[in-house]
Amino acid sequence: MRRVLKLAAAGAAATLVLAACGEAPEDNDTNAGGGESAESTEEGDAAGGDAEDFKACMVSDSGGFDDQSFNQSGKEGLDAAAEELGVEPVEVESQADTDYATNVSNLVSQGCNITIGVGFLLEDAIQSAAEENPDTNFALIDSAFSDADFNPVELDNAKPILFNTAEASYLAGYLAAGMTESGTVATFGGLQIPSVAVFMDGFSDGVDKFNEDNGTDVNLLGWDKEAQEGAFSGDFENQSQGQTLTEQFISQGADIVMPVAGPVGLGAAAAASEADGVHIIWVDSDGYLTASEYSDLMLTSVLKQIGPAVETTVTEAVEGGFTNEPYVGTLENDGVGLAEYHDMAGDVEGTMVTGPDGEEVSLAEAVTMLEEMIVSGDITVDSPNSPQQ
Amino acid sequence: MSDQTPGHTPERPDAGEEQSVAATPPGETGGPTVREQERPGVLQQILGGSALMSVLAVVLALFIGGLLIAFADEDTREAATYFFARPLDTISAGWTAMAEAYVAMFRGSVFDWQAATFAGAVKPLTESMVFAIPLILAGLGIAVGFRAGLFNIGAQGQIIVGAIVAAWLGFAFDLPPVIHLLVAILGGAIGGAVWGGIPGVLKARFGANEVIVTIMLNYIAVYLISYILKQPGFNPGRTGQRSPAVSPDATYPLLVPQWLWPDNGFRLHWGFVVAILATVFVWWLMERSTVGFQIRAVGANPAAARTAGMSVGRITVITMVVAGALAGLAATGQVLGTERSLTAGVAASFGFDAITVALLGRSRPWGTFFAGLLFGALKAGGFLMQSLTSTPIDIVLVVQSLIVLFIAAPPLVRTVFRLPDPDRRRRRKAGPGTTPQEATA
Repeated sequence: MRRVLKLAAAGAAATLVLAACGEAPEDNDTNAGGGESAESTEEGDAAGGDAEDFKACMVSDSGGFDDQSFNQSGKEGLDAAAEELGVEPVEVESQADTDYATNVSNLVSQGCNITIGVGFLLEDAIQSAAEENPDTNFALIDSAFSDADFNPVELDNAKPILFNTAEASYLAGYLAAGMTESGTVATFGGLQIPSVAVFMDGFSDGVDKFNEDNGTDVNLLGWDKEAQEGAFSGDFENQSQGQTLTEQFISQGADIVMPVAGPVGLGAAAAASEADGVHIIWVDSDGYLTASEYSDLMLTSVLKQIGPAVETTVTEAVEGGFTNEPYVGTLENDGVGLAEYHDMAGDVEGTMVTGPDGEEVSLAEAVTMLEEMIVSGDITVDSPNSPQQ
Repeated sequence: MSDQTPGHTPERPDAGEEQSVAATPPGETGGPTVREQERPGVLQQILGGSALMSVLAVVLALFIGGLLIAFADEDTREAATYFFARPLDTISAGWTAMAEAYVAMFRGSVFDWQAATFAGAVKPLTESMVFAIPLILAGLGIAVGFRAGLFNIGAQGQIIVGAIVAAWLGFAFDLPPVIHLLVAILGGAIGGAVWGGIPGVLKARFGANEVIVTIMLNYIAVYLISYILKQPGFNPGRTGQRSPAVSPDATYPLLVPQWLWPDNGFRLHWGFVVAILATVFVWWLMERSTVGFQIRAVGANPAAARTAGMSVGRITVITMVVAGALAGLAATGQVLGTERSLTAGVAASFGFDAITVALLGRSRPWGTFFAGLLFGALKAGGFLMQSLTSTPIDIVLVVQSLIVLFIAAPPLVRTVFRLPDPDRRRRRKAGPGTTPQEATA
């Protein structure tokens, strides 16, 4: 054992030494610190013009930017915009709910031209900063603004970035009801906040729609849309809680589960991987790609395109076209949507169901048809948690 | 009552045991007595370190934190790939990263010389004080427990319960201005005191280990607050995570009002005065009052205190109630001061940081006060450090943890700075009367 450790230590030391043996870059003279050379390349990348002085800033919620969920998507959007436009991105993580106000005001005093708060929990921090600093712009992902009595308000310099995910999860619910073999599907959330419950409302309606079209009786566990009550893991961190909930659903016969809880979904996937024939519907990003260790379990994903929305908002702000008009992602503007079926495509196309028009079609066609009907307005997906326009 | 649970602590104020301890001659006492002396011993060794040791621990932690900042810096790592070709590059890049990060931290926590106005320049100092308020108050609570030999890990839960009560009194009632604030503050303190009193009573009556009970009560408090935030009374209008705002009558007024200094933008509120008053109170309680003497006696040697006729159980309960009340006051700094409404995360991690604060302050009231200020400054400075230099904010937590590590290992710090061992000197002199803690207080 000791010899193994010695060998390992020697190996690690050798790697370090070898890693440090690289050639020094020649164009630097010895006095130039690494910092300076990096700065000069950054300036070289910048597109020039006004964009160079523009600071685009973002504050995460307590989940941090590495949450494989909406904080991360927001950051990717900002990074993409920054690279394209040559603006300076400043990204700040919050460790606790009590950090938001300080983080936002710090960024404003640093001269950020636009400050984006990621998540419902930053509403108050962004709102009060926007009221105090009428000359700078703000944006808030996943929430609109409201006053002390919870009535909606509009701010001239703050843009809510919202997603009507009920439309996309409606499709997911329809698909799940069509694919289930046990006749039971399930969903659960992280916290009962509007931006989570809206997924579950749409999912519930989609299941109902399938039952209506096909005369089936697929049962949904974990969410009661009428009562607005259901299963929640309690946070967006504790994966074992997601695993426990999913195991309970599976023992009650569910074979398709949609976790709406960011990284907690990984716990759901772990539970599903231990059972036979259980599939997961991922949310926010395409789980087949982002949670690739479980890609064989992914039926599809309900996409919430936070990144592109952030990119658009920053671009508008840089080009002087910032408005306070809310951005609402829908199926129509591709702000939300259903991901590809990947490995499951054959099964989805091979399942024959009665479509929304009463004809016998494949499930994949039925979902496409449904999507068109939502976009054209023939079907409206109602949810008390949908963003108010 | 008389059957002993295996996990019972020896200082259990059980009548039967009291007799047996008093009756057993010193030579014949077995394992329990050894443990009895050992446990307060470890605590006292940590708490008995000199102020110099605290300062050195902070310096050492900042230095190692600086090394980590340098290693986390991309330029430094890039330069490190050709370290043997040109070592100076690595060193200078590392130095730049470290200096920039700490300069930003200083600007964010003490004085920002780049601010446009004087108010803006001193605002960082006031922010440090704002963050210090809950840390000082909860830290004092932990410190009182340490002095009685109690490991109170439950400040987090006590803060949460104090916050629930204070916020509820703040938004659900309509009282005249000053009275409303006083009622809300008192309510917060009582809420914390009740939550702190539970482990005190359980320990005094049944010998339940306070470490386990307080940790478990933390969990209960966390789920209690998330349950309460879902109730209609706390959550009108929407399915949110936030209670209605506390009435302006019940919030701490700003310490530097706008009419005195227009547009100062300070968030510093009267909670800081409460923190100072609490520090004075704890000093008086511990150093001048009979109860404080008894608390210290129980902490130093519960068996001896019991033999001297003190009720160890009563002192345990009193200590935990005082500790809980102080943690409850810490909560008022949040819900009636900066946040002004109840959220699930209102307690942040103040309850756990407070343990570090009390350790760094060696459980002395003023030591805790200044340790709280330092940790407030680390917190406030971390924001600017992160946004200016994109140093990971986690570094602040690492520095805090390193401080605890060095505080807990005085010989390590002594070795690094080549200091003599005070214990050995004392042993050689064999001077009686000066216990480590008296000598350095």
